[in-house]
Amino acid sequence: TLVARSLLANDFQEELVIRPLHSGDIYASFQFRTLWETDFMRENKVSHYRLFPKSLGQVISKFSVRELHISFTQGYWRTMQWGQPFLPSPPGAELWVWFQDSVTDVDAAWKELTNVLSGIFCASLNFIDSTNTVQPSASFKPLGIVNETDHRFLRYATLPREIVCTENLTPWKKLLPCGSKAGLAVLLKSEKLFHSSFFSQTVHIRPVCQDRECKTTSWELRQTLNVVFDLHTSGQGKREWSLFKMFSRTLTEACPLASSSKIYIDVTDNPQEEYFELSPATPLLSQAVVLGDRRTFSVYDLTQQLFKSVSDLLPAGSMLRPLLHAERYVAGYGLQTGEIHTVMYNNHPFRSFPVLLLDSVPWYLRLYIHTLTVTSKGKDNTPSYIHYQPSKDRMRPHLLEMLVQLPPHSVTEVTVQFERALLKWTEYTPDPNHGFYVGSSVISALVPSSVAMDTNITQEQPLFSSFFPCKEESSYFVRVYTEPLLVNLPTPDFSMPYNVICLTCTVVAVGYGSLYNLLTRSFQIEEPNPRLAKKIANFIRRIRGVPLLS
Amino acid sequence: MGYFLSYYTYISFGCWVQNMLAAIIMLIFICFCVHFQNTAGQFFSSGHTNNWAVLVCTSRFWFNYRHVANTLSVYRSVKRLGIPDSHIVLMLADDMACNHRNPKPATVFSHRNMELNVYGDDVEVDYRGYEVTVENFLRVLTGRLPPSTPRSKRLLSDDRSNILIYLTGHGGNGFLKFQDSEEISNVELADAFEQMWQKRRYNELLFIIDTCQGASMYERFYSPNIMALASSQVGEDSLSHQPDLAIGVHLMDRYTFYLLEFLEDIHPASKSNMNDLFKVCPKSQCVSTPGHRTDLFLRDPGSVLITDFFGSVRKVEITMEAIHLTDPILQLEDGPMSEEVQEKTYSYVDQLPVSEIIHQKPKQKDWHPPDGFILGLWTLILLVFFKTYGIKHLKHIF
Repeated sequence: TLVARSLLANDFQEELVIRPLHSGDIYASFQFRTLWETDFMRENKVSHYRLFPKSLGQVISKFSVRELHISFTQGYWRTMQWGQPFLPSPPGAELWVWFQDSVTDVDAAWKELTNVLSGIFCASLNFIDSTNTVQPSASFKPLGIVNETDHRFLRYATLPREIVCTENLTPWKKLLPCGSKAGLAVLLKSEKLFHSSFFSQTVHIRPVCQDRECKTTSWELRQTLNVVFDLHTSGQGKREWSLFKMFSRTLTEACPLASSSKIYIDVTDNPQEEYFELSPATPLLSQAVVLGDRRTFSVYDLTQQLFKSVSDLLPAGSMLRPLLHAERYVAGYGLQTGEIHTVMYNNHPFRSFPVLLLDSVPWYLRLYIHTLTVTSKGKDNTPSYIHYQPSKDRMRPHLLEMLVQLPPHSVTEVTVQFERALLKWTEYTPDPNHGFYVGSSVISALVPSSVAMDTNITQEQPLFSSFFPCKEESSYFVRVYTEPLLVNLPTPDFSMPYNVICLTCTVVAVGYGSLYNLLTRSFQIEEPNPRLAKKIANFIRRIRGVPLLS
Repeated sequence: MGYFLSYYTYISFGCWVQNMLAAIIMLIFICFCVHFQNTAGQFFSSGHTNNWAVLVCTSRFWFNYRHVANTLSVYRSVKRLGIPDSHIVLMLADDMACNHRNPKPATVFSHRNMELNVYGDDVEVDYRGYEVTVENFLRVLTGRLPPSTPRSKRLLSDDRSNILIYLTGHGGNGFLKFQDSEEISNVELADAFEQMWQKRRYNELLFIIDTCQGASMYERFYSPNIMALASSQVGEDSLSHQPDLAIGVHLMDRYTFYLLEFLEDIHPASKSNMNDLFKVCPKSQCVSTPGHRTDLFLRDPGSVLITDFFGSVRKVEITMEAIHLTDPILQLEDGPMSEEVQEKTYSYVDQLPVSEIIHQKPKQKDWHPPDGFILGLWTLILLVFFKTYGIKHLKHIF
């Protein structure tokens, strides 16, 4: 049994889900999962790595990390047009980490961890410091196995300005066991991936249950890549697509290190194959309950056959309206004050549910919390839990967490007024007129589900439906991110120091200099140099003792 | 040999010819030995054992696309000729490839009609965006980085490293502009190189700069073993090469464009030397006059190979010695851990425990000693109290 156990110890699965959206876009989600039964926290360090990447294993053991979630996103997920994503992520970079109970100085470990991750992912994560890190008190509960949750060990930070490009994708691909040489990762070509409406790559590390009884845990590394292609702008005349048209690559073979390599195509809107057909066709159909909806998928197992294309795609029928949706915007005028509005929509016809709103605002927008109002359907809606931590200039951002009960079929609006601060002139970025970003709000909710969710935590579930642990059948957990805000701060004229120096020097030189000259210069009358004849005449006159000529 | 010689004593040519012959044979033998030793010595005598490159683009904004393309084309050549990513510090002040104005995302082109994508699929940018500052650049050069800086952001060179430093951006007489907000002067740069020399951080250094009035940047160097090239002299502007009408900006600067074309012909075993590099982009092609400075360099530029700086050295030493391994590595036993029967059952945590959150006690804030203001206020109160009532009343308090 020892041999069998070591064979199961390292497991890699890969999966691609393709779902045509009602707006005409195609949503492709790659999931790569590595499971490893090991203990990073024991004294003699882990030294033999097989499928689990060594760089991340060393990070986990060195910084005593219990859970790590990092995402890089370009674009904003349009919930009302595209539905809910399998794994949500905010624009820019987001990092949240749970540390082990044994860590004594969490802030120092956090600072070093962000620097190390910035080297691994070629991103500017070293800009994460105390001015944009918060410690949520109720949101972001651990997604993995844990004994108890003490929020002192949680840190959350987001960098809305962070760009994602090939230099972030390259190290991400190198973490995969097969790299980008075999399996589904062959399709990840940057020129097509970044020419899309939405691109997001994430890494999630957490301890999970190994089996049903959950007596032992193993470490799970999930790498997901979500991309939404817009077929209209990609120049597709006909409504047919294939893997080659989307990714400009074809699949060659499954990754030999993978225990399962599957492609799921969402055919729920195409029950009798009247709108589109898949080629090559497959008789394998599976159903999965994901995000409160029961969907049917055609399954292709890459170890047996390869998938090519779909012809004449025309999704019809009505999309399941997302039950929870949020927006955020800045109101007001001028460069002194403003108002942040966060609007949450509950589209369920008769059920109300609570949502937890997490807002982290940088210190240079000074929030006036006494103007905080929460209204639903025009009436005041008092949150049942508020946690507010005020900001400290140049040290800490604002943190506002509220538990709000959203009435059914309603719009809830949270408003708070703020004042803009004037930064020191060295604190401005090189392009201050672009504006300053405020990170997205995070709304966590348990949304009631019309379809019974699967609480079975066995591993036969497809990866995309088994990310968030499900405790009860009647609701599912969802996290919604709003847009980030872009506010203009009053910007000084940076040429002023140069202007002032020039002006002052000129004034001093002209004003004081002329005055000094007038006061200290003495004038003497000097005779002009006489001509030669005059010189000789004067010389003779001097000899004679007669007055000289002028 | 002696018997052979004595045999020849009987030849009628005489003693001196015989001695001469012996001497000549001995000389040839010695020369051969020395020559053999020389080629072996030469194999190890070019001085450097590893190569590094620091490539910096200092300009921000979309219309400075060409500076990013300049840096990426040198990056591409340097990678192609063998220097690995771990030995390249690439600093790009702005992102052009995934810029929203780029009609072809994830690409940076150097030639018109989108012929050559210098961004590629396998690029690792170490410093990007706001991280490219004068301070970070000087810290990378001198090695004085904060302890938590990852390895990919450090220049870990030693006294046997040949370093290539390439700068591009907007510059003037004696300075180079970083990101539209600060400048580095030629004096600072020269002092940074002197620090590197004092700390023995380089064996030889090649400095290439492609900016307006670039020659002013190397005027102040005073450390040995530095060779410098610039795209224009003081008083001249470096011009850009050609715009692409689809992208809408100029794609490359002239000097780097012809430098890239020159480097495309170099392969890792090429024997071209620095004199060929000095001839890149004459005035007819570049409009400005490229300059170079070799007075600080100890070797003759004609003997310096291009691959000494742009390529990577792999010196192989073959040895016949046997190496004795230590005791074999024991496989760590996983046994004890897996045979224990765990009584505890783990479980996942509730993601939104509403009742728990509502009844959550507010966190006990850590006690901090009172701030300065509070302390001052209390001191004032105490002082006023003691002034009015006198200190002898202290005993009534305690």
